[in-house]
Amino acid sequence: MTQTKDILRFTTAGSVDDGKSTLIGRLLYDCKQIPQDQIDLVQRISKRKGLSEIDLSLFTDGLKDERAQGITIDVAYRYFTTENRKFIIADTPGHLQYTRNMVTGASTANAAIILIDARKGVVEQTRRHSFIASLLQIQHLIVCVNKMDLVNNSKEAFEQIVSSFQDFSAKLAIVDVQFIPVSALNGDNIVHRSEKMDWYQGATLLHTLENLSVANEINLIDFRFPVQHPIRVDQGSVQDYRAYAGKIESGIVRVGDEIMVLPGQQLSNIKSIMGMNGPQMEAFAPQSISLELTDELDISRGNLLVKPNNQAEEVRQLSATICWMSSQAYIPGRKYILRHTTNEVKAMLKSVLYVYDMETLVRDEERSELRTNDIARVELQLAGPIYVDAYRKNKATGSFILIDEQSNQTLAVGMIS
Amino acid sequence: MSYRLNYLEELEAEAVFVLREAFAQFEHPCILFSGGKDSIVVTHLAAKAFAPGPIPFSLLHIDTGHNFPETIQFRDELTARLNVRLVVGKVEDSIQRQTVQEESGPNANRNRAQSITLLESMESNGFDAAIGGGRRDEEKARAKERFFSHRDAFGQWDPKNQGPEIWHLYNGRKNQGEQFRVFPISNWTELDVWEYILKENIALPSLYFAHHRPCVRRKESILAQSPYLISHASDQLTDLNIRFRTIGDMTISGAMESSASTVAEIIAELKEMNQSERGNRADDFRSESSMEDRKKEGYF
Repeated sequence: MTQTKDILRFTTAGSVDDGKSTLIGRLLYDCKQIPQDQIDLVQRISKRKGLSEIDLSLFTDGLKDERAQGITIDVAYRYFTTENRKFIIADTPGHLQYTRNMVTGASTANAAIILIDARKGVVEQTRRHSFIASLLQIQHLIVCVNKMDLVNNSKEAFEQIVSSFQDFSAKLAIVDVQFIPVSALNGDNIVHRSEKMDWYQGATLLHTLENLSVANEINLIDFRFPVQHPIRVDQGSVQDYRAYAGKIESGIVRVGDEIMVLPGQQLSNIKSIMGMNGPQMEAFAPQSISLELTDELDISRGNLLVKPNNQAEEVRQLSATICWMSSQAYIPGRKYILRHTTNEVKAMLKSVLYVYDMETLVRDEERSELRTNDIARVELQLAGPIYVDAYRKNKATGSFILIDEQSNQTLAVGMIS
Repeated sequence: MSYRLNYLEELEAEAVFVLREAFAQFEHPCILFSGGKDSIVVTHLAAKAFAPGPIPFSLLHIDTGHNFPETIQFRDELTARLNVRLVVGKVEDSIQRQTVQEESGPNANRNRAQSITLLESMESNGFDAAIGGGRRDEEKARAKERFFSHRDAFGQWDPKNQGPEIWHLYNGRKNQGEQFRVFPISNWTELDVWEYILKENIALPSLYFAHHRPCVRRKESILAQSPYLISHASDQLTDLNIRFRTIGDMTISGAMESSASTVAEIIAELKEMNQSERGNRADDFRSESSMEDRKKEGYF
């Protein structure tokens, strides 16, 4: 069992009134992943609040201020596991002012759960979440139409929402969308099939999560190995060992393969691969390994190893979609540090082409200033070359962050196209 | 060959990546070593990350003076075997310097004082980052932790003002005097840690396995009898077959009755049992947000 058990990372966005916390609470509770002492505690609090049933939303309770305000402020990570999968939930707030948190939560996700209140249908927040999911190239969307109990578990109500969602999502770059009618409060179609919605023939939420295929999301074609740091050993039984530590971001590498170092384009061959359990003959993404080469080259942190017949593109200018994360405003002409894989280079924002209006998702070409939570299309000028792929082909070599040199804050995150 | 990692291999690859980032981005990082299973696993991962070279970090142990002798013995054997430098910061020294005031009262302990000793030890040894075994599944405040977690010049955590951490682009830049905490096993659960210990055959202090020991029961907690335990009038000393689920100092580490004497038996027991890992930690009981409050002050 353990041999094949894998990890699925998914994100949820929403506010308390959507029933997001209740949905996650229900998922954990019905999967029997909540320890009895926590159940007892939440039961006591629920009683104190005068509720007749346990308030499942309390299981995902957060920081002091969040409890006081009844909202999620930051991304919270939660975990549960079934026989064949470990799940990592990036639980994020859904309001406009937390766009950046949604972006963060979506960055590592294989799937996104979009919650729709059956009484309200597709609303602005639904569109925003879906847009962010497509922007970050999340492969799978699971649309949960929640609170079905409040619309008499009506098939028509569900189908109407499905169709209005499809109207708008056709424009988004999402590979796979599934719709599930649920009631998080009553536990319908979350872990257990609903008896009240016998018209629904599809899978429950848990079954869907357990069976999403994520194998094809790892790019095993384009070998990309950003060097984290050299490892040099010359003591005891290990003489004159010189290797490069890193994580394979994509592709496969074997002992004997010819590789190219970027920048510089020097060629060499793989002499040895040190894996987690000693030397190995081949390695693949996302393994952390150390590579020893047949030649002594000058390689340092930030260099990228590729195959000579499959190189990343050298660029000194970037066209990218960025999300402005900081409360610190964008200052035209100011130089930032651009961090791409393990590499850093100085960069300047040359122009803002347009900013998305996050309420209407329409491009605003008039605006040139950037504020917290803005998602914009920009052009950057770099002080030196970096080696990139388009984000849709390779998330690791297609993404970057912008850091302020003075405050050291991460100001913006970007996707290269 | 299938080009697919299982969940433990993926967690391991992620943790090793984080350890190497800490090595590359900080000048003088250390591993915060408590003698508990999580910091032992982090140390094991560090040995792998830099193989065949040595671990390039010192181990920093914050010593409350109320240790289990088994922990100290294990610590000393491990550091000798791995040939790493051990730095010990003593709460007692902070008390002598009067930077820490010893708590009083029937439930006094030195848990909170550790935060101050930690900051003092980091400063006097020039450590700019401390790598620890904290996990997001442990507690609600920890659920919001970054892999690279910023601390201001006073060692404080500002949970509402954390920088974004996106993809796996960790930003370890900081101003003079500021520090980071680094959590390579953030995404591991308690069960993941045990499954990994089993798979890798990692040695642990004997305290984790069932043994007989004189204990006192206080409410739902079982505490080991020791010279450091402030005795209550109602205490009754009983010999119990117990093991520890988390190991901190002797005065706060709650024991549980158990006959699990191997890692496999512990895993089986954990799957059966239905109690939070820290449910037995006297320090977490003080208030609903006690962990969050302590973390803001610089607690790990």
